[in-house]
Amino acid sequence: MTDKTVTLPTEPPLVTGNLGFHDITQLVSYHTEKRPPSVWYMALAVSSTLLCVLMLMIAYLVWNGIGVWGNNNPVGWGWPIVNFVFWVGIGHAGTLISAILFLFRQQWRTAINRSAEAMTIFAVICALLFPTIHVGRVWVIYWTLPLPNQMEMWPQFKSPLLWDVFAVSVYFTVSLIFWYIGLIPDLATLRDRARTVLRRRLFAFFSLGWSGANRHWRNYEKTYLLLAALATPLVLSVHSVVSFDFAVSIIPGWHTTIFPPYFVAGAIFSGFAMVMTLLILARKIYGIQNIITLDHLEKMAIIILLTGTMVGFAYITEFFIAWYSQVEYEQYAFLNRATGPYAWAYWTMMSCNLLFPQFFWIKRLRRSIPFLFITSIIVNIGMWFERFVITVISLHRDFLPSSWDYFNPTIVDILTFAGSFGLFMTLFLIFLRFLPMVAMAEVKMVLPESDPHYYDSPETESR
Amino acid sequence: MIPPRQNPDKMLQSIIQSVKATMGIYKAREDGVYGVLAEYSNPGSLITAAKKVHASGYRHFDTHSPFPIHGMDRAMGLGQSKVGYITLLGGASGLALATWLQWWTAAVDYPMNISGKPFFAIEPSIPIMFELTVLLSALFAAGGMLALNGLPRPYNPLFYSRNFSHVTDDAFFLHIAASDPRFDLEQTTLLLKQAGAKSVEVVYDHGYSELHTP
Repeated sequence: MTDKTVTLPTEPPLVTGNLGFHDITQLVSYHTEKRPPSVWYMALAVSSTLLCVLMLMIAYLVWNGIGVWGNNNPVGWGWPIVNFVFWVGIGHAGTLISAILFLFRQQWRTAINRSAEAMTIFAVICALLFPTIHVGRVWVIYWTLPLPNQMEMWPQFKSPLLWDVFAVSVYFTVSLIFWYIGLIPDLATLRDRARTVLRRRLFAFFSLGWSGANRHWRNYEKTYLLLAALATPLVLSVHSVVSFDFAVSIIPGWHTTIFPPYFVAGAIFSGFAMVMTLLILARKIYGIQNIITLDHLEKMAIIILLTGTMVGFAYITEFFIAWYSQVEYEQYAFLNRATGPYAWAYWTMMSCNLLFPQFFWIKRLRRSIPFLFITSIIVNIGMWFERFVITVISLHRDFLPSSWDYFNPTIVDILTFAGSFGLFMTLFLIFLRFLPMVAMAEVKMVLPESDPHYYDSPETESR
Repeated sequence: MIPPRQNPDKMLQSIIQSVKATMGIYKAREDGVYGVLAEYSNPGSLITAAKKVHASGYRHFDTHSPFPIHGMDRAMGLGQSKVGYITLLGGASGLALATWLQWWTAAVDYPMNISGKPFFAIEPSIPIMFELTVLLSALFAAGGMLALNGLPRPYNPLFYSRNFSHVTDDAFFLHIAASDPRFDLEQTTLLLKQAGAKSVEVVYDHGYSELHTP
């Protein structure tokens, strides 16, 4: 053979349907400019009703105290902490997609990073709500901050609970900054397309006078890289610190060193599942299947498979370590998980998190939208149960059998949790209505036409 | 006798102007000409034009595009961004703040014995040190980027150009400011046309722009 030409395997295009720069602007901006589809109004009606339920439940709780919840004596941390960890976990996918995948130059992230970051911020808002109302006396929540006060007391910096206050609020602030910096060029696009004076003024205010200048892009890109580099250890630290809340205590089932990596893997697992649930609906309703393609969903499915297997591995490791430790209490805690009164919760968790994602080994199922949608919901049910298993099962039977008890949630517990979905969905729907749900400038950057060398060869000169 | 000195006001003015020029904010000419704005059809021809303009000795010029163009910094002769140093400063102050805060509150202002642990030790202080380092770095990075870019900038004469509203969509522009010492209305316009401009317009500081199509 004389022909030595080698054709390198090429990645499938990230944006399908032969879209140009203007098509992307049009496809994304259009949805913030026209009347939303009727599905949007129906969804908003449901979610704002749930939000009202949440408000009522919080008012009822603040008036009566946390006795209205099912928390009892051994189980001092009931649903509120389960829900807190659940929501913080969901809030991990956005910054993972925007920071870690950015550092690894995974360009497919550009289609989904904006909505995933928005989801992160809203999930962290829901997460921050639960410990705040769980303290009971909400009006003195500022005692968790190092503010000078009339008691001349300071927060206890050696407590993991205080680290958690810092970790989650820093994560919220940095995610918000990251999201806003990414939004500036797209807000300028909306400003330049605005037809009414009020709309133009509003977007002009928030886009800060962005003009796409290269002198600005230079600092902007550097900042984006730095924020990604800062957010990467941050996103890994948040759930590690959340796991310290458990791991630093001496309760059997909590006091293990495997918690930080295991919590982080679980957080990415549940976060990606939530991104998938939301985007499968949004891409269909808003007709952006060419930007958020089936390939994107497949890549997310692979991450769900990977992190699900990691989480499952951690579940099994915990059992091994309990046996290997020779500590009776530790061994009982895990036997009780699998065979005790809460075995139903344990096996729900096991099947949803470890077994179900294994179907993603099959390519046909990774590319089947109905199957992806069902799995993404099952994964989040499983991840809620994981936090329930860790929090409630470990607490309900600890060292002294005379203080063992069974935990039952009350109607207030259930409605508050349901209401938090109302808060989350309402915020997400408002985001879909008023802000570009895809990072337009970044998607344009991954088109082949954005490369100056694209225009070098003579046959493409005429374009 | 007082020695003759430069007018300090004038000196300050020129320093401010050169700092503003690094942010892309230029001073308009006496007759109101802010600069010449040329539109190019694609990123490839924009980068060629930028190289040509830089080689001709212009320094007060900038390209505008809907997304950052790879290789444009080199074509325009721009160096590394300084955001990194500002971020490092933020990180260092965050770390210092966290260390001081935890040591002073727990070991100096109100020492309290908590299960016999030392009043201050590095190990339990690390999470807060890490969090505040990241927090202040991120705030400094974002604030530093805005400061170096001269943003927010509500007024920009380029926005008077009707064509320029496509810059955030699919259009590519090169702007040469009138404040550049080499600026000459005819010569500069000619240069931009020779570099392959689709259209060239003169932008005025007081509210309008004139479109010339070659």
